Amino acid sequence: MNAAVPPRARRGPPRCPGAVAAACVSALVLLPLGAVALRAGGPASGGAGAALAPADWAAIRFTLWQAALSATLSIALAVPVARALARRRFPGRAAVVTLMGAPFVLPVIVAVLGLLAVFGRGGLLNDALGALGLPRVSIYGWPGVVLAHVFFNLPLATRILLQGWQAIPAERFRLAASLNAPVGRLLEIPMLRAAAPGAWLLIFLLCLTSFAVALTLGGGPRATTVELAIYQALRFDFAPGRAALLAAVQVALCLAAVTASRAVAIPSAWGAGTGRVVERWDARGRAARIRDAAWIALAAGFLLLPLGMVAARGLPGLADMPGSVWAAAGRSVAVALASTALALAAALALALRGGRAAALAGALPLAVSALVLGTGLFLIVRPFVSPLDVALPVTVIVNALLSLPFAAGLLAPAVAQVEAGHGRLADSLGLTGWRRLRILLLPGLRAPLGFAAGLATALSMGDLGVIALFAGEAQETLPLAMYRLMGAYRMEAAAGAGLLLVALSLGLFWLFDRGGRHARA
Amino acid sequence: MRLPATLALCVLGTAAAAQDRPQLVVYAYDSFPTEWGPGPVIEAAFEEECGCDLRIVAAGDGAALLSRLQLEGPSTEADVILGLDTSLVAAARETGLFAPHGLSPEMDLLPVAWDDPDFVPFDWGYFAFVADEGTEAPASFEVLAASDLSIVIQDPRSSTPGLGLLLWVEAAYGERAGEIWEGLADNIVTVTPGWTEAYNLFLEGEADAVLSYTTSPSYHLLGEGDGTKVAWTFDEGHYMQVEVAGIVAGTDQPDLAAEFLAFLTQDAAQAAIPETNWMFPVATPEGGLPEGFAEPLPQDRALLLPPDEAQAARGPALDTWRTALSR
Repeated sequence: MNAAVPPRARRGPPRCPGAVAAACVSALVLLPLGAVALRAGGPASGGAGAALAPADWAAIRFTLWQAALSATLSIALAVPVARALARRRFPGRAAVVTLMGAPFVLPVIVAVLGLLAVFGRGGLLNDALGALGLPRVSIYGWPGVVLAHVFFNLPLATRILLQGWQAIPAERFRLAASLNAPVGRLLEIPMLRAAAPGAWLLIFLLCLTSFAVALTLGGGPRATTVELAIYQALRFDFAPGRAALLAAVQVALCLAAVTASRAVAIPSAWGAGTGRVVERWDARGRAARIRDAAWIALAAGFLLLPLGMVAARGLPGLADMPGSVWAAAGRSVAVALASTALALAAALALALRGGRAAALAGALPLAVSALVLGTGLFLIVRPFVSPLDVALPVTVIVNALLSLPFAAGLLAPAVAQVEAGHGRLADSLGLTGWRRLRILLLPGLRAPLGFAAGLATALSMGDLGVIALFAGEAQETLPLAMYRLMGAYRMEAAAGAGLLLVALSLGLFWLFDRGGRHARA
Repeated sequence: MRLPATLALCVLGTAAAAQDRPQLVVYAYDSFPTEWGPGPVIEAAFEEECGCDLRIVAAGDGAALLSRLQLEGPSTEADVILGLDTSLVAAARETGLFAPHGLSPEMDLLPVAWDDPDFVPFDWGYFAFVADEGTEAPASFEVLAASDLSIVIQDPRSSTPGLGLLLWVEAAYGERAGEIWEGLADNIVTVTPGWTEAYNLFLEGEADAVLSYTTSPSYHLLGEGDGTKVAWTFDEGHYMQVEVAGIVAGTDQPDLAAEFLAFLTQDAAQAAIPETNWMFPVATPEGGLPEGFAEPLPQDRALLLPPDEAQAARGPALDTWRTALSR
C-alpha cells in the first residue's frame, strides 16, 4: 500500500488473525448463498439454472442507478458539511455531531415515517408551501428513494469525511498557513481522494440491497430493486434457485464496485502529527464563516427535523407499550453489544492485515441480501439444532457481519495511518504481535474504534435482520416487537417502541463514540 | 452463578412438562401468538380440553409461512400450519406436505361454500379501501379511477393483501383488468412492500384511502374509541381473504392435530377472533358479533376465485399490473 509496509513478515502488525477473519467472513457470507442455491429443486421451485427475465434486468438497472445517485449525492453534500464541522467550534457542536448520526441507525419504517412527516403530502414542508400559496410537492418516485437514501447516509458520509479532516495533522495546516499555500489543493483534496471513494462505496453497497425504502417511496413497480425480486422468489414463489442467482448478481456487483473504488482511492500518507485541535487560518473570513454556518444549519435541519417528528409521535405511545417491549429492548441491547464485540474484533484483524483480500472480505457482507443470508444460515443450522433455539446467537453473528463493513472501513485507513507514522520506529524496537497492538496501535485507534463500536451497536439495535426468520416465543428483538405491534394496528404503541429504539441506539452510539473521542483528547 | 442454574431449571421444567403431555406444534403468522392476538386465548382454552401442550410458533407473515414450511420440508417440527390464505392454498397443496383433515365443521358465517379436503377456514374478511368518514366514498373501481382520490396499496409480489387486490380486480373485471389498473395508476400514491407500511402511510395522511379490510374500522372503533374510519363499499363486490389451517402430513400427532382444527371452528376459538384478529369468524359466536363490529356484506357481494383459478390467474395478472403501472 505504501512505503511503510514492512519488508519482512516478522515485522509490522500481526497479520495472521486477519487471514482467519477474512476466511470466516467469506465462509459466513458465501456458504449460506450456496446452501440456498443447493436447496433449489424442491417442490415448485424454479431450478438453479433459471435465467434472468427482462424484468430482472430492469430491476438491476434501477438498483444500480439509484444506488450510484444516492451515494454520489450523499458524498457531494457531506463534503461541505464535514468541512464546516471540521473547522468550526461552537457550543453544542458535539451534540450536533452525535445527533446527526441518528438517521443512519433508524429502522427503515421509523425513518420513512419521520421523513414523510416533514416531506410527505401531509408533512411540514407541504403545509408551509400551502400556507405561502405555493403548489404542493410529492416526493414519491425516484426523488423519494434518493431523498431517503441521502437522509440515511449523509450522516455516515459526513462522519467518515470529518474523521478524514481531523486526521490531517494540525502542523500541516500551520505550515500551509505560514507559507500562504492553498490548503484545498495541498491538503483537503488529497484527503478526500483517500477517504471519499471508500465512503462512496459503503453507501453505494448499502443502497444496492435497499428494499423497503425503494418500494415504499418508489411509487410503484418502476422502482423495483433486485432485493424485492429476491424477496418475492424466497417468500412468495419459493424458488431458492432464483433467489440464489439474484443474490449472486448482487455479489458480482459488489465485487466490481470494491475493485473500482480501490482503483480510484489513493491512500493518504500524512506523516505523524500530535493530534492537536486544528486551527484554520484559511477559514477566518466572514463569508467562509457564513457559508459554513449555513451548511451546518441545513444539514442539521434536514436530518434532525424528521428525527424530532419521530420523537413527537413516539412520546404518547410510551405509556401504551406492552411489557414485552421492555424485555425485547433488553434482548436487543445484549445482542447489539455481543455483535459489536465480534464485528470490532474481525474488523481490527482485517485492518491489521490490510491488502485486497481483507478489503474484499470487509465489504462482502454488505453485498449479500440479508434475507438470503438468513435463509441460508437457517438451512445450514437446521440439521443440527432447532433454529428456534439459536435465534439470538445467529442474530448476533449476522448483525456482526452486517456492521463489519463499517467498522472495517473506519479502521483500515486508521491502522494504515498509525503504521505509516510510527511503524518503522516500532519495527526497529522489535515491537511485534500483541505488544505492538497494545502499545502502538490501540492508543492511536481509540477514536475510530469508539466510532466504529458506536455504529456497530446502533446498527445492530435497529436491524430487523434475520431474527424475523428464526424467532420463536419470547425471543423477539425490539425492532421485531415494533413491527409486530404495527401489524396488529397498534401504531401508537409501535411509535413508542420506535422512540425507545432510537433513544437506546443513540445512547449506546453516544457512549462508545464519546468514549473514543475523549480518550483521544 | 444463578443464571445457569435458572436456565437449567427452565430446561428441566419444560422437558418434564413435555414428557407428561403430548406436544402439538402450530406454525402461525407473526401477529397470531402475540399477547394481543388470538394465540393466548386459544392456547389456554385448547390446553384445558386436550390435556396437551400447545406450542404456537410465530413463523413469518403471510406467504412467508408457506415458504418456511417448504424450507423445512418433510422433517419440519410443525404439526399444523395456521394462517395461509386462499390465494396460497393451491400452491400449498402442490407441495404435498399437507394431509386431509376429514372434518366437516359448521360455518354459518362464511359466505361461500367450503369443501376443501385439506384446509379448514378459521376466519375471513373482505378486502376494502379504508378512509376517513369525511372523504367522499367512490362506489366502484371505475369511479375511484375517474376521481382525484389518492390511495396507497401493497405490492402483490411481496404482500398477501396486495395479491388480494390483484385478484379482486381480476375477479371483478377479467379482461378489463388492465384498463382498470391504467385508470388507477394516477390515484396510486405508492405501492408498499407490506400492509404495515401502507396502513401507516394512510394514518399519517399520505393518502385518502388504503387497501385493508372492511373490519379495519372496527379496530379503530372498538380498540381506540375512534369512529371516524370507514370502509368503502364497491358495487362490483369485494374479494375475500379466507384464512385457513391445515395438518402437516408428517405429523406425529395426527389425532391431536385434527382435534385442534375442529376446535378452531368451535365457539371458544371463534368468539375470540373478532376482537383479537379483527376478522370475521367462520361461525357466529354464541353472543353474536361484538357490539359495533362490522357487519358482513350481503352474500352476493362476495368475490373469491377457487384456489386453482387464483393460482393460474396470478402470473398473467401480475404482468398486467406491472405493465399498467410502469407506463
